[in-house]
Amino acid sequence: MKILKSVRLRNRLLVAPAVLGLALTAACSNSSSSDGHQGATATLTGDCAKYQPYAGHAGTKVTMFASILSPESDSLQKSWSDFSTCTGIKISYEGSNDFESQLPVRVAGGNAPDLAIIPQPGLLAQMVKTGKVVKPPAQTVDNENKWSPVWKTYGSVNGTFYAAPMSANMKSLVWYSPKAFQQAGYQVPKTWADLMALSDKIAKAGGSKPWCGGISSGTATGWPATDWLEEVVLGGQGGDVYDKWVNHTVKFSDPPISAAMHTVADWMQNPAWVNAGIGDVKSIATTTFQDAGAPILTNKCWMLQQASFYEAQWPKTTKVAPDGDVFAFQLPAVNPAVANPVEGGGEFVAAFSSRPEVQAVQNYLSTADWASSRIKVATGWVSANQGVDKSLYTDPIDQLSAAALTDPAATFRFDASDMMPAAVGAGQEWKSLTAWFAEGQSIQRVAADIDAAWPQ
Amino acid sequence: MPLSGAQLADSAWNDAAIKLGNSLGAIAGFLGILLVVFFVAGRATGRFGRPTAIAVFLGPAVLLLLVGLVAPLIRTVYLSFRNDDSTRFLGGKNYGWALTTDSIHQVLLNTLLWLLVAPVVATGLGLALALAVERMKWQALYKSLVFMPMAVSLVGASIIWKFVYEAREAGQPQIGLLSEVVIRLGWKHPPNWILDHPLNDFLLMAVMVWVQTGFAMVVLSAAIKAIPDEVTEAARLDGAGGLRLFWYVTVPMIRTTLVVVLTTVMIVTLKAFDIVRTMTGGNFGTQVLANEMYSQSFVQFNVGRGSALAVILFLAVLPLVAYNIVQLRKERTTR
Amino acid sequence: MSTQTSSVTVPLPAVKAVRRSFSSPLGSLFVVVVTVLWTLPTFGLLATSLRHQQDVADSGWWNVFTHPELVLSNYHTVLFEGGFGVSGGLMPYLVNSLAISVPATVFPLVLASMAAYALAWVRFRGSDTLFFVIFALQVVPLQMALIPLLQLFSGGAHLGSFTVLPSFDLAGTYLPVWLAHTMFALPLAIFLLHNFISQLPRDLMEAAVVDGASHFRIFRSIVLPLCAPALASFAIFQFLWVWNDLLVALTFAGGTPDVAPMTVRLAQLSGSFGGRWELLTAGAFLSIIIPLIVFFSLQRYFVRGLLAGSVKG
Repeated sequence: MKILKSVRLRNRLLVAPAVLGLALTAACSNSSSSDGHQGATATLTGDCAKYQPYAGHAGTKVTMFASILSPESDSLQKSWSDFSTCTGIKISYEGSNDFESQLPVRVAGGNAPDLAIIPQPGLLAQMVKTGKVVKPPAQTVDNENKWSPVWKTYGSVNGTFYAAPMSANMKSLVWYSPKAFQQAGYQVPKTWADLMALSDKIAKAGGSKPWCGGISSGTATGWPATDWLEEVVLGGQGGDVYDKWVNHTVKFSDPPISAAMHTVADWMQNPAWVNAGIGDVKSIATTTFQDAGAPILTNKCWMLQQASFYEAQWPKTTKVAPDGDVFAFQLPAVNPAVANPVEGGGEFVAAFSSRPEVQAVQNYLSTADWASSRIKVATGWVSANQGVDKSLYTDPIDQLSAAALTDPAATFRFDASDMMPAAVGAGQEWKSLTAWFAEGQSIQRVAADIDAAWPQ
Repeated sequence: MPLSGAQLADSAWNDAAIKLGNSLGAIAGFLGILLVVFFVAGRATGRFGRPTAIAVFLGPAVLLLLVGLVAPLIRTVYLSFRNDDSTRFLGGKNYGWALTTDSIHQVLLNTLLWLLVAPVVATGLGLALALAVERMKWQALYKSLVFMPMAVSLVGASIIWKFVYEAREAGQPQIGLLSEVVIRLGWKHPPNWILDHPLNDFLLMAVMVWVQTGFAMVVLSAAIKAIPDEVTEAARLDGAGGLRLFWYVTVPMIRTTLVVVLTTVMIVTLKAFDIVRTMTGGNFGTQVLANEMYSQSFVQFNVGRGSALAVILFLAVLPLVAYNIVQLRKERTTR
Repeated sequence: MSTQTSSVTVPLPAVKAVRRSFSSPLGSLFVVVVTVLWTLPTFGLLATSLRHQQDVADSGWWNVFTHPELVLSNYHTVLFEGGFGVSGGLMPYLVNSLAISVPATVFPLVLASMAAYALAWVRFRGSDTLFFVIFALQVVPLQMALIPLLQLFSGGAHLGSFTVLPSFDLAGTYLPVWLAHTMFALPLAIFLLHNFISQLPRDLMEAAVVDGASHFRIFRSIVLPLCAPALASFAIFQFLWVWNDLLVALTFAGGTPDVAPMTVRLAQLSGSFGGRWELLTAGAFLSIIIPLIVFFSLQRYFVRGLLAGSVKG
């Protein structure tokens, strides 16, 4: 669930780019506004020259709808402000936390945005089914080849490519406090067995419990639990079973998934191991995912499995670094035979209009050039585009995520619940896993309920 | 160029003036057109007078209702018999699903519970308050404070109460009012309120009661004041007093008001999905029909099932409406 | 409601008897307790919104009584930070809320009073049935109307090649929101106003007809002035409803600063702020201030208007 990273980023937005942006505004407006409406393509000069391929649409407006909220949406808007001022294409951005229900309503109602940033391939497939999604222009498809081919498949529906990937995030992380680990003499575990042994050791040492967790997230309550299950399925059963699970040839009630659920239960539902500083196992269901990691800072809790975007949750004064207050290590594979399992999420740009200015924006957003521009605005954002210069990442978590996401040897898979049909991935699975934690429903019942909700 | 603070404020005020100007312009235009229509239609006399008047007075409202409510209602009924992308006719399968699925049973049960408890408690409390506040000093103050939640949106109210129910592990400092109070009263390990089924159902209903009691109180208080004094006096001469007077005179006299208040609160209760959506997202066994319908239709794309639930919701309220209509008819014939 | 008390005649002994059984010291205590209970959550909201982030996370709001350390910085954050570019304040949204709410209150009010008058005094065959059907429409869940209405507004209405209704350009206009709110408000408005208007004195109406006044004249010069309290009370209702609405605004206006009201903006903020109670509460408190002002300044009309419709007399 990428959408939910719509949370407070630490306010280290750089002032310099903003000022620079304003200066550019002044510089560019002269060159582009002179003959904007003449039909003939303007020649962009100076700093604007690199936007020449997108010129010729001055005075137009492109609407964009997404789930990304401020302050992250501010970073997005800054990342294309030069593009906008140089080309004269105004991008009217709207973010909503009801994006997942509003987008279908607007599309069905004939009021679709020009562009939508969709975090779930499942939702993209639903939108394609309406027949309103427009295929991307040739240039975007071309740029696409600079991404790893697997990402292209996530933006495709039934083999046809519809939406270019934009950002990527790394899910397989465990947050911990390097300082606390050092003081206690604990090592960062390299294997699943080490991780379990360490958890046991911490629990036996008394005073605190090894894990904390929170799956409460408003109407999307339950999504962090889907991540836990996905990590264990991928790391324990491998990519093949994972893929079959996503398209329901392997059911929730089938042995591999049931086994994975038992592993999750031994880990995150172990009363001796959770929920440090907050309550019992049930309290995981009422703790917001944003608050779940807070006890790590007060040494009440040792580890939290959460995605890279959880970085935004730490207070401003927290140092996130390998030797800092908090950092993250990669969750080891449950089954050592699975090579470097990495679960990730991402966002895809779908178009509902083929107007030339919309395609110009689409083309621009699919370039490594735009990705670099976004990376420079603020940290906490990673592109899966392999054309992006990795030295641009300044934040250690971003560096860690980028390395894992572009590692050719990794067993990379996209968030399963985001790929499943919404009735499961944004409905029954959330509900049933929440009931699993909150009401102690049996694994059998949970699996059966989810399977029953799969669309016929 | 960076705008200075003053310029920014200027442009904000300009923007505000334009927007509000547009709004007022729209209102003026609307009233202007009406006046012209009234003037022209007023010329029609004799045989055409009445039909013209009916058309002009009722036309716009009926047209808007047909477009805004009747057509969507028919569409929903149609969709409820079809599959999720409405390409196949399913017969009553969606209704069958609703009536045979365990989780939907729970939803129906909760909805029924809400329908019975919340309106009755809100109305009952409202009535008791209306009677008790009558001769107190500063009654306007009390009434205003109790009525105040009515001005808060249901989402806002849910945020307020979520905060009240916030629970932390015993021993930790509490930030939720409810936990703090019961711990001070000696309950060492209070539950995690929002998880504790079926208690959580009632905790959620408390939000609705909190919002609606003031409404019930204000309306009922006005109704009680409007009872002609001769009526109660006569009853008293017949030997009635105190509670008997209340049951046999006051309540019957304000019965119509009671029914209207009860029905209004019931309809609000049935349609409200915001409280459950904001406070539990329908988890922990608290789901109700209105929220399940919303989630099925708009989040899970089970349009057929969602529509079937909407129709069930509609049918559930229909008897209430019918009862009200019967009451109204009775009232009309006595007039 | 002070106006009420003044209009009540000195209670006769019988009325006293009923009231005495409820206005005992016990009854007064009951009122005080309920009032305190009813006010506490809102007070807690206000108190929380004025505290430091760390205080809110560590201790309950009732500690303000012992450690009264209050700050306005949360309001500053909500109002001015995390906004769109340079003009990040809530101001444009506040203006939008007003620009949406006022017409969306006036339109249904006028149309419903017209319809109610026709149903009550220009009786025709089926007028009763029509009234009951309109009353029954109250129960249609408005979620079901979102998609068809949006289709209508964006695509217009066509009969074959004939355009019955042109399509709107939905971007940046309040019109669809006004229309949608008007449609959804009509059933309750017609119901309440009909109850009031149908009880106007028959003699007065008949005298006007004898004098040769047309229905339009009667409506303007007799009905409207006489039902001012009912109109006011419904106006409060409708204003509060529109002001507090999120779903209709989100669907028909969208979330850009051009048209989006406060509720939409606050929903975005609550998403951004996640578990930050002190900011959420500040936002929530901001959103209820204007409805509270409207309510407290108009409340004396409220009762009078509602009363007439529902009491036998």
